Amino acid sequence: MRNRFVLTMALALSLASFPVLAQVAKTAPTSALPRTPDGHPDLQGTYDLATMTPFERLPGDPPVLTKEQAAALQKAEADRRARGRTPLDPNRAPLPVGGDKTQGKSFFEILEKAGGGAVGGYDRLWLNQGTEYMVVDGQIRTSIVIDPPDGHVPPPNAASRQRARGGRGLPTSDTGESADVSAAPRGQFDDPEERPLSERCLLGFGSTSGPPALPDYFYNDLHQIVQTPDSIMILTEMVHDARIVRMNAQHLPPTIRRWMGDSVGHWDGDTLVIDTTNFTDKTRFRGSTENLHVVERLKRLDAKTLLYRFTVEDPNTWDRPWTGEMTWPMTTQPIYEYACHEGNYALGDVMRGARHQEAEEAAGKTKK
Amino acid sequence: MGNVRRLIIGSAVAAIMAIGILPLAGQAYRAPRLPDGKPDLNGIWQVINEANYDIEGHVARPALALRPGPHGPVPAAQVLALGAVGAVPPGLGVVEGGPIPYKPEALAIKRQNQKDWLEKDPEIKCYLPGVPRATYMPYPFQILESAKALTIVYEYDGAVRNIYLKSPGPAPADSWMGQSVGHWEGDTLVVDVTDMNDRTWFDRAGDFHSDKLHVVERYTRTSPEVISYEATIEDPEVFTRPWKMSMPLYRRQEKNAQLLDFKCVEFVEELLYGPYRKHPLTK
Repeated sequence: MRNRFVLTMALALSLASFPVLAQVAKTAPTSALPRTPDGHPDLQGTYDLATMTPFERLPGDPPVLTKEQAAALQKAEADRRARGRTPLDPNRAPLPVGGDKTQGKSFFEILEKAGGGAVGGYDRLWLNQGTEYMVVDGQIRTSIVIDPPDGHVPPPNAASRQRARGGRGLPTSDTGESADVSAAPRGQFDDPEERPLSERCLLGFGSTSGPPALPDYFYNDLHQIVQTPDSIMILTEMVHDARIVRMNAQHLPPTIRRWMGDSVGHWDGDTLVIDTTNFTDKTRFRGSTENLHVVERLKRLDAKTLLYRFTVEDPNTWDRPWTGEMTWPMTTQPIYEYACHEGNYALGDVMRGARHQEAEEAAGKTKK
Repeated sequence: MGNVRRLIIGSAVAAIMAIGILPLAGQAYRAPRLPDGKPDLNGIWQVINEANYDIEGHVARPALALRPGPHGPVPAAQVLALGAVGAVPPGLGVVEGGPIPYKPEALAIKRQNQKDWLEKDPEIKCYLPGVPRATYMPYPFQILESAKALTIVYEYDGAVRNIYLKSPGPAPADSWMGQSVGHWEGDTLVVDVTDMNDRTWFDRAGDFHSDKLHVVERYTRTSPEVISYEATIEDPEVFTRPWKMSMPLYRRQEKNAQLLDFKCVEFVEELLYGPYRKHPLTK
């Protein structure tokens, strides 16, 4: 009870002040913003969350880039994309035995290598990443996390570390969809339940569905908002996950848990505030427990942009709440059906492959 | 006067429902409106019928999967343990005007589907239900309608349909839930559903279609708690002529009615991947 109070206070304080980025978001005159017939800001539309701004700040990055720095990084990434689109030379040399284990240079290159393992993952054709850094309050941001001000999620607390020691790392909702096989802990291919939620088509990877809804940095970053007075839907393209925010409603009883939690909303002036609790113990956003509590604030900045701010707390996982912030730019791209499970050949193949490998090892056919 | 009218309409509805025909669209009842004047379909709706078992009229039977017994069909071994829970409840059917007009070769496929139900019904593997089956799955669904958008979210498998209010042109590929384009004809929402694949069924009785399926749905509010639903089915590969199904959709009455999670993908992992566990469970 007391803990809860302290945490709530901490949450309130953290929302009130951001040491480095303490400016008030610049918004268009409120009268000019589109509104629904009931007078609230109209948040409807389809939004593309893809961005070059990493979730956590990269080592050595300043909190804010200059225009010149951002332009250089964006150009380097554009050049890399262009190279990736050129046809492969059929006479190229083969990859070294064991694959290409060189380090990636840019944030995206590091991610792509992690996602594809040493033998490569997605061809450029499949990737649809952000091409620009996100700008909030005129600042070119180098992290979505803004509090702690170092741009990093607080370290896991003692309770969280204790859980992690309890066994092999359990899959989390932000796990990538293909872990590097050679780096995977023992046992991760024993059962489907050991595989990432995204590989099982239960939730998209990278916490794309959230909450908090984040860019996944690979593809399919679209979200659609449909708004009625009583219910506001946030549809996540990946795994067609529709989260319906019930306005001015009570949370579900604690016995009823949901994959994306139970979201209730209210208007704080022109800001939609969404409070989400009742997560399952399988959702595990960055290792969290079912006590995860996420407060999201969605606000329209102009006719084409929303500001999305979220605060995350879970006393079983972090010693303090933390906050992220990003823009949601509107897009005219349509959302297509993401029938994940229906075409999920990968999960069965992963499992069968592991059994095949074990059989070969048992027969002494391959070196251990 | 109002009471008398309600009574008369109520009796008429009861009488019409009793013989399995729905009232004609939009007569007598004027639905609440959105501020733009369109009928308000918002809410959480669900059928109360047995169409998902078998869209055609049917008597109760011992199980969905049967095998011959010494004195007639008995539940197949795989479903025997379910006892009465696995039995098929009887239903008057939702197909209008007699049996589904299958082409003879298609009827043979339907019958084989029914025999192979355990292996073939996409619902068993928790696949997206397609249209119109999504409507009469035994789970609630929510219509979210604003001046700008219309979306239907189904509790079953978290299926979602965006009903385009302006056609985006031909879909780039077939999909499980198809492409839906809606328009209003008076007080009726008419949804044209195209570009569906051939992998969904109409029910647990093997009723099927090809990828030439074209469905036209009609949603008309007929009382504060009821939407009249019709679906015209056209598929020249499978049926000799277009045919129609119809049923009422009822508003869920619970004060806290809301969709919960039915992510059945998780529930079919043992069925689909259990044999590939490192230590498969004993049968």
